Amino acid sequence: MSCNILVLGVGNVLLSDEGAGVRAVEQLQRSYVFPPRVELIDGGTMGLDLLGYLDDKTHLFIVDAIVSSKPPGSLIVEKLLDPPAYFRQKISPHQIGLSELLAVAAMQDCLPPSITLFGIVPLDLSTGIEMSPEVNAAVSAAVLAVVKELGMLGIEVGAPRC
Amino acid sequence: MAKRIVVDPITRIEGHLRIDCEIDNGRVTKAWSSGQMWRGIELILQGRDPRDAWVFTQRICGVCTTVHAIASVRAVENALNLEVPLNAQYIRNMIIGAHGIFDHIVHFYHLSALDWVDIVSALKGSPKAASALGQQLSPWHRNSEQEIKAVQEKLKGFVGSGQLGVFAGGYWGHPAMKLSPEVNLLAATHYFQALEYQRKINKVVAILGSKTPHIQNLAVGGVANPINPDSQSTLTIERLYHIKTLIDEIGAFVKDVYMVDVAAVGAFYADWTKYGAGVTNYLAVPDMPLDTKGTAFDLPGGYIADGKVGSFKPVTGFNDDFFKQGVKEGIKHSWYKGDWDRHPWEEETVPQHTDFQDNGKYSWVKSPTFNGKPAQVGPLANVLCMYAAGHAPTKKYTEGLLGTVSKLAGATVGIDALHSTIGRHAARAVRCAVLHDSLVGQWQALMDNIGRGDYATFNAPVFPKGEQRGVGFHEAPRGVLSHWVVIQDGKIKNYQCVVPSTWNAGPRNNNDVPGPYEASLVNTPIADPEKPLEVLRTVHSFDPCLACAIHLLDPENREIVSVRTTV
Repeated sequence: MSCNILVLGVGNVLLSDEGAGVRAVEQLQRSYVFPPRVELIDGGTMGLDLLGYLDDKTHLFIVDAIVSSKPPGSLIVEKLLDPPAYFRQKISPHQIGLSELLAVAAMQDCLPPSITLFGIVPLDLSTGIEMSPEVNAAVSAAVLAVVKELGMLGIEVGAPRC
Repeated sequence: MAKRIVVDPITRIEGHLRIDCEIDNGRVTKAWSSGQMWRGIELILQGRDPRDAWVFTQRICGVCTTVHAIASVRAVENALNLEVPLNAQYIRNMIIGAHGIFDHIVHFYHLSALDWVDIVSALKGSPKAASALGQQLSPWHRNSEQEIKAVQEKLKGFVGSGQLGVFAGGYWGHPAMKLSPEVNLLAATHYFQALEYQRKINKVVAILGSKTPHIQNLAVGGVANPINPDSQSTLTIERLYHIKTLIDEIGAFVKDVYMVDVAAVGAFYADWTKYGAGVTNYLAVPDMPLDTKGTAFDLPGGYIADGKVGSFKPVTGFNDDFFKQGVKEGIKHSWYKGDWDRHPWEEETVPQHTDFQDNGKYSWVKSPTFNGKPAQVGPLANVLCMYAAGHAPTKKYTEGLLGTVSKLAGATVGIDALHSTIGRHAARAVRCAVLHDSLVGQWQALMDNIGRGDYATFNAPVFPKGEQRGVGFHEAPRGVLSHWVVIQDGKIKNYQCVVPSTWNAGPRNNNDVPGPYEASLVNTPIADPEKPLEVLRTVHSFDPCLACAIHLLDPENREIVSVRTTV
């Protein structure tokens, strides 16, 4: 089976650890060469704009800062079995973010069948472009976790560029 | 007895906006608009290379990324008196036009239509009747009974499985929902179609902006798109024709669907032309520059005082002193140190947080004024100014839309009806159609210019010793955006962004005069304080966007929005 994978890093890089997902994608792009069926996107804080990138993808890897009771700097990797329900929030129907992106993708039948969340628990969300050391380490761990997950799908990434 | 309701946050992706309303006898008597998160993004820019500022500023906001990039390069170019090659203006203008169309469609259908359209009611509508109504209103080819029925089946599937998805948590069945099941069903059908068309127009931004969702092609002095009609790796004629196909496809949707739906909602909710006017001083800036210096524009802008279209005074160019001197920001009611009222070049950013003080400081948003008065910005301000300036496409689409409303409502609805909550939606649809015409024109201008053998896209900036000051303005989807930069010896010394939602969401100003959100909410009827749909309608009509996108996932499903009622 041929697979097409989107690695989507999201977050706001101007708010320290909030940008962890984007930083992870940047690190992946710097450190490895990927085959064409792996697409990496720095999604920033966009929502519906990203819909087009989900087309024809079999796997979606989301790297993002998450709210969790685990300590800051933790990395949580899990398969999302029912993503729109997972991201559902009791909020008015007018806000379009990542959760709504996935819900809309589900409505449009373009939700990738396999979705894995690489969640990083942030420490510092203040204005600034540097991450905390804890989260910096978690970003490196997330990068390795993404590479490992790709390996399990039979996708080898190239040697680091010099 | 007066009640107080607090809606917090009213938006999620764009940072935290809190609205407090005092309600007496079923109406809002007082309102406060409060930005609940500090940005301070400007501080990140101090000491940096002005050529890099746009890369940072486009991360300020999760929705309007390109607009902050555009305003930033314009500010630095203005400080340096740097001209921009024609091709670069046209390419930027096409990005501006396509982004604006995308933004307006998404705002209406996906961010605010559900304030007016009851999705659950749409399940009861007859597809046949909805189709007949659609065909009576518009030549749109996708109003068939079959297509409408398919959407209804899809919706039934979501509701049946308990998976309302994006529709979860709406105020379905609220007494202020007035549309018939058929109208709701037709609108729901277009909600789904809009998802397809917003993707098409967003592709234009992606092609011109170099693929990724954040545009990569800007530069102080022009754009980084090399033009070579024969080379595959640059902006080729083939790519430009692909863009034209996408532009053409979206045009019919804007004119035959979006404009018509807004007219129908306006006619069926005619009461809402009486609510939500608020501040009727309107400020807009000209955009879509047609020359290298920024003195001629496809879309005019200016200032209208007290809602009087006849009082219009134009802003004539990127160096217009009327605009440059008129803008100030005050902090008497904002969480910053002091109570000054200053020009953006003279501002400082020193936070001082207190409690929420009804008569003191209560917001992170500053309070901008134009020549000492609050001003409303956004598509309504833009359309009224273009109308006042005699801009032909604006006149055509405004009169066309008001004509449809009048026919449906069975009464003449004039331009004065635009000073209202529903008027802001109408103006946004008009602006979207105007932008589409302009986009077509800019595409042709680019093709013609390349045809004349001009391939230039970039003038290199030179930073002299000493201090330079610049302003870059842009008529963004939410209204006037201006970036103000002070450069010292080639480095950024001061940087301030005065964003559209600051104009509209600002707190009371230094003279204690309420800002546009606050003024617009007063006198709004509230049927049920526990479900303040009417407050959302008016605030959403401005397309709120506090520029500090925080984007944290919450997998533990905490309830993060609350409506609190206190007596």
